[in-house]
Amino acid sequence: MNGLSKWTWHMLAGLGLVVFLGIHMITMHLDLILGWFNPAGGESLNWANVTARGKQAIMPFFYVTFLGLALYHGLYGLRTIIFELGIPKRMTRLTTILLLIAGISLFGLGSFAAFRFASIAASTGAMQ
Amino acid sequence: MTGQTTQIRFHIRRFNPETDTSPSWQEFLLAVEPGMTVLDGLHQLKHTQDMTLVWRYSCRMGVCGSCGMLINGRPGLACNTQILHVTQTAMTLAPLPNFPIVRDLVPDLTEQFMKHRDLKPYIIRPDTAEMENPTGEYYQTPDDLLDYLQFTYCIKCGCCMAACPTLATDPEYAGPQPLAQAYRYSRDSRDMGCTDRKPALIADHGIFSCHYGSECSSVCPKGVDPARAIQLMKRQLVLDYFKLLKKKPHCKILGPCENAERKPNIPAAPPYSV
Repeated sequence: MNGLSKWTWHMLAGLGLVVFLGIHMITMHLDLILGWFNPAGGESLNWANVTARGKQAIMPFFYVTFLGLALYHGLYGLRTIIFELGIPKRMTRLTTILLLIAGISLFGLGSFAAFRFASIAASTGAMQ
Repeated sequence: MTGQTTQIRFHIRRFNPETDTSPSWQEFLLAVEPGMTVLDGLHQLKHTQDMTLVWRYSCRMGVCGSCGMLINGRPGLACNTQILHVTQTAMTLAPLPNFPIVRDLVPDLTEQFMKHRDLKPYIIRPDTAEMENPTGEYYQTPDDLLDYLQFTYCIKCGCCMAACPTLATDPEYAGPQPLAQAYRYSRDSRDMGCTDRKPALIADHGIFSCHYGSECSSVCPKGVDPARAIQLMKRQLVLDYFKLLKKKPHCKILGPCENAERKPNIPAAPPYSV
């Protein structure tokens, strides 16, 4: 990827984050006002609401996409800030590799957690 | 001359790389008259107080871009900055930051010119034969001209480069002056060189290192607005990346008028001298 594509996707990831963070705000912080994505009513962190959301097939994909956008936008921004601190040239490649490893690891861990939770939520149907 | 003067204390940064290990500050007191520019003040100081004071200037009227310096912490041209417009008590003068110092107030602009050259600041066309031996004129409408006119006013004084926060931390960054000129030529309807400029524009330390601090535009003594040019160049590159850029038709060549009669009393053009 050259500077043009990296920067363009950085901007698009930022736009995507606005949408996803908006949905997150509505779901988690405006729960008592709007009640969206909280089918059991009450607070969004009620176990009934959490499992109800988790049972929806789209939710793990939502979390994974959200995580991917946040990681790319955040780590690319961090890389830019680190580069602007004036680090030696030989360190720039190492910094990029370390951030890439960190991003892929966190993305893998987060994706595993999202899908694992979806399977747990699906299996808790009998408990309710 | 009104005879009414104001005492201004000048703090001038001095540095001679041949004899000094680090810059130092020297203080001068000068009676300043209304209308006196920083350049006038420097001349007065050199003639009356310290003949070793060094700065660079040429045209004295904001055209050549030679006398750029840091005036009370802000990059500007010494020749079109009036002292009493800036201060009534004290004035600090230093060389433009983000450049090596040649001596005292003289920055070394070589790096800026090298970066400028890398971005091919000239019209690029495939019809070199026509450019070398023109058979007509490249036809450009007034609207075509307005697309880039503002960016042609750049005098390469280096004030924008001195104000750029990105360049302050990343010396390899191309900087606002060369990038604005890349847009100026890419936007010219006579130019077909966008593809040639693109590798240098999108490289590391290229146009996408700009964070739109806009200090370059706020200090530009000619109102060029390099930050705007950079944003427009970014937009053009991103649209091109997604294949959404509407290509404007390049200008045509208009040949000489046929069967036209010269109006009376208008002399013929003199023959080519070059």
